[in-house]
Amino acid sequence: MYRYDEHDHALVQDRVTQFRRQVERRMAGEISEEQFRPLRLMNGLYLQLHAYMLRVAIPYGTLDSRQMRKLAYIARRYDKGYGHFTTRQNIQYNWPKLEETPDILAELAEVEMHAIQTSGNCIRNVTSDQYAGAAKNEIEDPRIWCEIARQWSTLHPEFSFLPRKFKIAITGCDNDRAAVKVHDIGMIMKRDASGEVGFEVIVGGGLGRTPFVGKTIREFLPKEHFLSYLEAVLRVYNQLGRRDNKYKARIKVTLHETGKEEFARLVEEEWMEIKDSTLKLPKEEVDRIAKHFEPPAFRAVPEVAPTTDARAASDAGFASWLRHNIFEHKTQGYSIANISVKPMGEAPGDATAEQMDVMADLADEFSFSELRVTHSQNVVLPHVEREALPALYDKLVEAGLATANLGLLSDIICCPGLDYCALANARSIPIAMKIAERFTPAKQEEIGDLQVKISGCINACGHHHVGHIGILGVDRKGEEHYQVQLGGSATEEAALGKILGRGFSADEVVEVVDKIIATYLDIREDGEEFIETFRRVGQTPFKERVYGTA
Amino acid sequence: MALLERREDGAAEIEDRFTRLGDDDALPGSGGVLVSYSRFSAEREALLSRDGDLGVWLDSNESPTQLADDLDRLAVVACNFPAFNDGRAFSYARLLRERLGFKGEVRAIGEVMLEQITFMVRSGFSTFELKDLKELDEFKRVCDEVRVVYQPTGDGRQTALQRRLGS
Repeated sequence: MYRYDEHDHALVQDRVTQFRRQVERRMAGEISEEQFRPLRLMNGLYLQLHAYMLRVAIPYGTLDSRQMRKLAYIARRYDKGYGHFTTRQNIQYNWPKLEETPDILAELAEVEMHAIQTSGNCIRNVTSDQYAGAAKNEIEDPRIWCEIARQWSTLHPEFSFLPRKFKIAITGCDNDRAAVKVHDIGMIMKRDASGEVGFEVIVGGGLGRTPFVGKTIREFLPKEHFLSYLEAVLRVYNQLGRRDNKYKARIKVTLHETGKEEFARLVEEEWMEIKDSTLKLPKEEVDRIAKHFEPPAFRAVPEVAPTTDARAASDAGFASWLRHNIFEHKTQGYSIANISVKPMGEAPGDATAEQMDVMADLADEFSFSELRVTHSQNVVLPHVEREALPALYDKLVEAGLATANLGLLSDIICCPGLDYCALANARSIPIAMKIAERFTPAKQEEIGDLQVKISGCINACGHHHVGHIGILGVDRKGEEHYQVQLGGSATEEAALGKILGRGFSADEVVEVVDKIIATYLDIREDGEEFIETFRRVGQTPFKERVYGTA
Repeated sequence: MALLERREDGAAEIEDRFTRLGDDDALPGSGGVLVSYSRFSAEREALLSRDGDLGVWLDSNESPTQLADDLDRLAVVACNFPAFNDGRAFSYARLLRERLGFKGEVRAIGEVMLEQITFMVRSGFSTFELKDLKELDEFKRVCDEVRVVYQPTGDGRQTALQRRLGS
């Protein structure tokens, strides 16, 4: 993974010093909360319902054991002993003290981490496929390009006061695990007819109160123009994006109002002016960064893993974990192991300091010290020898981290909701927990792949628009109320869910999910997943069961 | 209100040579004037042929590309920040310097926040109207706070990449 050089170190250290001075000025009353607000937001510090919240960037979700241990240490020393992994592969601390935040940033800088641009109307942490560098059908490791984008976007003088926040996701696979079509810019690595590798550029996707699936504005962008094209898109958006209404300020609305053809034309026109400027990437620099993402020293091991196979034959729990949490690795004899951070009865994405330490230890022992955070709020050990899986599993069981629910109903994406968030209209964590508890592991297994996503307000941090079952908390006359929608997806077949009908109380919503699932189990054809059944039959059978009418 | 000019080593407070005219104010016989883009469009000939330096200020919805043909006759282009978070003028300043080749004064006016100065300098602004500047040292401090830059802009500052490549 990428290691800072002297320049990267200097920037992050200077940023810490700068923020420390800003906090001191605030503490001394030299600047008001109003003046401090934009400054703290540029460094990931929000004021929430009960306290400040600090969001720390985990660039493209990649971290090593040393960094994970630091996150654990911060949770223990500066927070209440836990952190919350987010849908943008970041981590949030919900209880830091304002005066201690510069110390937290200094601790982070020691391990090459920061909170730069984790909030504010700027280019946010660039996200990627959590299996990057390990996935079987990958064209190229997309993290090379995420890192190039990270550096380019860091303290960008022109794009730090955009109309609205700006999120970029890049994947190197056809199977999209990074939800690139619901980002402001999504990029998919691909080959052109001559075999050259470049990017398909998708613009204007997003969730929130006006969801859109992004549109392709360039079928193929050669690699050397990666930055100039990004700069062109951002420059057009910075000038064209609406400033009069923050709910219409995201690039998805700009694209929608301008029209895809016209927007693409403006970008091309701008790009022609700068494509051969100093933004054109020299091969030496791409190679320098690529070197950091070279695969670890995999051992030559056989494809067969007798210990693992024998254990799977005799231990149903282990077999289930293998089935759900383990993915195929590009290297013979290796696997990608997912650690579910969504055990029963816990808030999705929350991890204790102890769990973080365990995951760091397991990364050292089993995965070349490497870890990933996923946009579905889980953690990945990307490079585990297949034959070592039973040993890993036993240790995960011991730490309470062996829940075999990846991709299943209880692997819910969920925002912090009204329990923490100042914007929320309704609680989301208790709903997630109730739904997860309703279905036994065996039942979940019977149901199969099903993504439930829950947001506590229309800002859609829980991605409810792209859940197979999406749940949105709203406020109805002072009561928490939930709308249910079906058919969303954030993959390469991205789609937005459709609202089923009138909403439900917190008590009813679990029953409704139950009815939806019962309907699916009744009508599914052989081997059909929930989303496939929904696409085949549409809303009607579900509506009939839930409301008693069509 | 203080007008600061970016210098090699910090900044200096300078006297404003330009009188900012409202759209209905009488045009003084001599001396520099700064007019809105709409006034400039309406009275272009009279303003350009007048004795005295001319500047045009652009609001945040007015692109400097509209001034492209007249830039060599303007002494100053000012860009207004109606609010600190309206960042359009960062693009305008870069276009003025890097695309349109404007060599004159590019002035930041309106809600100019001290902490944004470094981004403004990098984008091509050369002077700054600041409401509440306590001391000039503060200007220098915010400009020097972060030693490393990643983005090539028209300010010519050496980027991290250029340092890496030893150029």
